[in-house]
Amino acid sequence: MNESFIQINGISKHFGNVKAVDNVSFEIKEGEFFSLLGPSGCGKTTLLRLLAGFEYPTSGNLLLDGSDITALPPDKRPTNMVFQNYAIFPHINVEKNVQFGLRKLGLTNDEIFKRVKDVLSLVKLEGYEERYSSQLSGGQRQRVALARALVRQPKVLLLDEPLGALDKKLRDEMQLELRTLQKEIGITFVFVTHDQQEAISMSDRVAVMSEGKIQQMSSPNELYKNPQNIFVSDFIGETNFLKAKTETKEGEYINVNIEDLGSFKIKNNLKISENASDVICSVRPETMMIDKEKSDWDICLEGKIKQTSYLGEMTKFYVETKEIEKIITVSSQYFDNQSFQDGKCFISINLNDISLLNKK
Amino acid sequence: MLQVWKSFYARSDPAKAYSLLSPALILVTLAMLIPLGLMLSFSFFTQTSFTEIDYSFTITRYIDFFQSNLLVSLLIKSVKISFIVTFVTLLTAYPVCYYIAFYVKKNKMLWLVLLTLPFWTSYLLRVFSWKIILGTKGVINSSLINAGLLSEPLTFLMYSETAVIITLTHAWAAFALLPLYVSLDKIDFSLIEAARDLGLSRLETFWKITLPLSLPGIIGAILIIFIPTVGDYVTPALLGGTDGRMLSNMIQAYFGKVNNLPLGAASATIMLITVAIVTMVVSYTTKKLTQRIS
Repeated sequence: MNESFIQINGISKHFGNVKAVDNVSFEIKEGEFFSLLGPSGCGKTTLLRLLAGFEYPTSGNLLLDGSDITALPPDKRPTNMVFQNYAIFPHINVEKNVQFGLRKLGLTNDEIFKRVKDVLSLVKLEGYEERYSSQLSGGQRQRVALARALVRQPKVLLLDEPLGALDKKLRDEMQLELRTLQKEIGITFVFVTHDQQEAISMSDRVAVMSEGKIQQMSSPNELYKNPQNIFVSDFIGETNFLKAKTETKEGEYINVNIEDLGSFKIKNNLKISENASDVICSVRPETMMIDKEKSDWDICLEGKIKQTSYLGEMTKFYVETKEIEKIITVSSQYFDNQSFQDGKCFISINLNDISLLNKK
Repeated sequence: MLQVWKSFYARSDPAKAYSLLSPALILVTLAMLIPLGLMLSFSFFTQTSFTEIDYSFTITRYIDFFQSNLLVSLLIKSVKISFIVTFVTLLTAYPVCYYIAFYVKKNKMLWLVLLTLPFWTSYLLRVFSWKIILGTKGVINSSLINAGLLSEPLTFLMYSETAVIITLTHAWAAFALLPLYVSLDKIDFSLIEAARDLGLSRLETFWKITLPLSLPGIIGAILIIFIPTVGDYVTPALLGGTDGRMLSNMIQAYFGKVNNLPLGAASATIMLITVAIVTMVVSYTTKKLTQRIS
């Protein structure tokens, strides 16, 4: 397995004054399912288009499997793309769409026939050969786009928010299917999405982007449990932020003064220095406990429920406390919107679940 | 009664449709169908003397037409000139539209409006200005002679088929722009990127994707130019001389100086049928041709 299959070396792409991608460097492993995640306008799609050859970088270079592809046009790159709107050619049928990319590979008719047949069965589209794009559903179009790209057996498959246009049920199905497919064929996938749940559930590794820069690049677990900064913590999942200041270090731990709550010993994963004021504590809603009784957890606050939202598998409570100015969000699978008639409750936090982050 | 009518009207979509259409229908009937019917019936009459017409039915006028070498050759020439004009217009308008559709990012409408700017003056004025440009002592000839490149003026420029083709091409170019632009602008650029991604060069992408997808615009442009230019008589009358004369000039003469209304009507009918046939054949073959390319 090639650890640095795709090398992105100091890539920048400027559009006028806008730095869409700002001096980004990283590597993608062979056979990896790699996601670029970020809000719209963060530069993830531009980065993907740079890999495809639709844009050329302002500076930096791109290496694929050891060879420099920075200046190659799209038709000379061993990459293929699944477009956001699928870009199925409307004037030719499914079979011809899939054959389209094979014309230039110098294959015999038998080979072309076999490859098309195989890839259509891989994406479960047998029997749709004669259909046109207008006669297909969103999910089917998505499969045609996938088949058309995969049939060329590219070294890297680039996917630009391919599930964005599908409804939730179908999207969940396709997520699972794409993941299985990728493991089966072993091609490197570079997947662009703004949906954090999608990125987390499918990828081997995720790069979170914002304002043209990579904020954090790690496995989905790491990303959720150990966000490196406030942006990542906020973007991945939901969280409560508490104002804080650091005091003295104690080995792997550091004493943190959380505003209105007092001093606590918290694990210092990010090696934040003593007496820093530009730090913040983050607590995920599902790590907290809400109950009618007081608990013996590290922190236990009395509160009043201001608002609830019932989500079926869990309920979110928006709780006001005497100590903290902000409304705290707590989620529970045990209690629901009918559990607290008078609105009185206790919320409990374990110190292990508080992560200390830099503000910037 | 009014109430009954009102409720009928409210529920009936055809009634609404026809009442909306009625001004147009009345206009079409008065200004097109009746004159067309009159022309058609005249083509079956006979001009007996300068003022008298025999109204008994005969198809002799059509036989006269095809027995006249002059009329048949003028018909062929009309179609030929129109074809050349259509072809040249497409060739010049297509790249312009391609550029506006894919490369102009802002103010696309402004570009289109600017392109139609020359067409804000009257058709006649434009034909006359070509006279000034192409004439024996016109802009082209006098500058070439003054530059010492020629001793004699180029005679084929003026009062010729060439003059008619140049003028008609210029006159109708703007009408080709719109259908071409609309069909090109509708093409999703990601289709072009997809073709490139799938290994096709720029040129191949144009042949396989852009051209077939802009076909409706191409057919539209062909029809919009071919149909009116076949029957144009102003330009050939003013710039064509003897060499550039077209069938419509002859038809005009039959209704005027020559005063043979039935033969003029028969010629016009034949022209109408020819245009219809050519139009159908052209759009059919263009469609087939592009299907084969993709």
